[in-house]
Amino acid sequence: MTRQAPLPVPADAASGVADGVPNQSAAAKPVVRLDDVRRHFGTTPALDGISLTVAKGEILGLIGRSGAGKSTLIRCLNGLERPDSGVIEIEGSDIVGLSEEQLQPLRRRIGMIFQHFNLLSAKTVEDNVALPLKIAGWDRAKRLARARELLDLVGLTDKARAYPRALSGGQKQRVGIARALAANPALILSDEATSALDPETTGSILALLKDINARLGVTILLITHEMEVVRQVADRVAVIDKGRIVEEGPVWSVFSRPEADTTKALLSGVRASLPRHVAARLAPSATARGEMIVSIDITGPQAATLLPGLATEIAGWRLIHGGVETIQERPVGRFFLALPVSSLATLQAHLVPSGAHLEVLGHVADDV
Amino acid sequence: MSPMMYSLFVRAFWETVIMTVASGVISLIAGLPLGLLLVATAKGGIAENLWVNRVVGAIVNGFRSVPFIILLVALIPLTRLIVGTSIGTWAAIVPLAIAATPYYARIAEVSLREVDRGLIEAVRAMGGNRWTIMREVLLPEALPGIVAGFTVTLVTLIGASAMAGAIGAGGLGDLAIRYGYQRFETAIMVAVVAVLILLVCLIQWLGDVLVARLDKRI
Repeated sequence: MTRQAPLPVPADAASGVADGVPNQSAAAKPVVRLDDVRRHFGTTPALDGISLTVAKGEILGLIGRSGAGKSTLIRCLNGLERPDSGVIEIEGSDIVGLSEEQLQPLRRRIGMIFQHFNLLSAKTVEDNVALPLKIAGWDRAKRLARARELLDLVGLTDKARAYPRALSGGQKQRVGIARALAANPALILSDEATSALDPETTGSILALLKDINARLGVTILLITHEMEVVRQVADRVAVIDKGRIVEEGPVWSVFSRPEADTTKALLSGVRASLPRHVAARLAPSATARGEMIVSIDITGPQAATLLPGLATEIAGWRLIHGGVETIQERPVGRFFLALPVSSLATLQAHLVPSGAHLEVLGHVADDV
Repeated sequence: MSPMMYSLFVRAFWETVIMTVASGVISLIAGLPLGLLLVATAKGGIAENLWVNRVVGAIVNGFRSVPFIILLVALIPLTRLIVGTSIGTWAAIVPLAIAATPYYARIAEVSLREVDRGLIEAVRAMGGNRWTIMREVLLPEALPGIVAGFTVTLVTLIGASAMAGAIGAGGLGDLAIRYGYQRFETAIMVAVVAVLILLVCLIQWLGDVLVARLDKRI
């Protein structure tokens, strides 16, 4: 379900990059491919056999709780951390075992965005953005011109000569994004980029990342502990827990039908769930004149028409909670209904053509 | 104050200035790389090498633990080798610089160590090597502290240079002891102390102004 990049990475991306970097014609190759990557700290496994690919042009959200191993994983991708074993391929070439000197040209193909921005306080905004180009050996006039171009892109043209201390958190992260883009990277790694920002600023930063992905076709791997972030920007999500990928798939699909417990727990805040006072009264078996409580998960256009259709076939059902939201331009519905026990078969039959997922959660004695 | 005393005073003032500035500059040139070396080779540093770190650290501590008046005398053979004589203002610069270098190295080390590790990681992630990290991160980010530390070192050197009178280096401290203390010329003593206070205030003020201009944090 991964989509391909709409645009190639600009051709000058490879300029000034040393040998060993695959050329742009290798478009079919994933930007990142991990195979059975392991890393231990003492006896604790931080990465316990991670296999993952990131396709060119996609935004992959890697989500997990603190300590799940996501920071270690992202740091392995640019060689800041070394795995004990496994394969890490960036644009088709294995980076495990490269020396620090060999990693340096590779790192120029990967931009990184940090939770705490990590801007150099002693440099102006434009010099911060131009630093990766200085490292890559560009002359001053050229790199400042490029920095201005990027500051235009992130909407901070007027702050070029300011020092980072004069910027708000959101502006600092925009500078961080401009800096990460400076050397036309093939991949952007985002390490909890919005975790230090307020919700409104988070929204604008995520919109910027999405826009950059669409306009420049740059591949983005973002790690986060917030499902909301994944929902807003990612095409695909991988859930990591205790150093393993426990679930992986298109965001809409994982949101509508999470399989792993970790995923369900991470989704609990952003996904409709049975109201607490109803859940407290659920009984496992049916009572004489009681109702049953069901949940229905449904994706696609049918999500909107499910309930009206149901009304013509079943009498006496009520909507307790839920609704339809749009993820990746796809309707994702989740409903909690109370209905007579006798109507279960009719409901099941009604749901079959739509591919909806029905779950009987329990029974209640009287009206809720 | 007689014209003769006045000329003595002026001469002593310049001797103090020369000793302080010359040994200060040497301690900056030698101490800053030493401080960088200590930070770079420390555990988790950009060129981690604990063996080098311990040896350099021990040498620095060794020099710092010797009282200056003893160092002054103990270094006489070295001074003679370098300057050609062990007496006078220029001869005093050698022990002053040797005492101030490890002192300043430690001060610089503290400033350099406090540079946010996230910044070093960011530049590593851009493909920067150790030299880039030193040039673009460690030195610019620690610069306010490096300058403030240099100010402290200069002020300390003014005090230490008074002891250099013991090897005939002259200077204001020497003048105060020989005329103010031993000959009971209170006016000289008061004048020397007043000038020293002004000198220290001036250096501190210049240092503070410079630090305020350089500091772009917060």
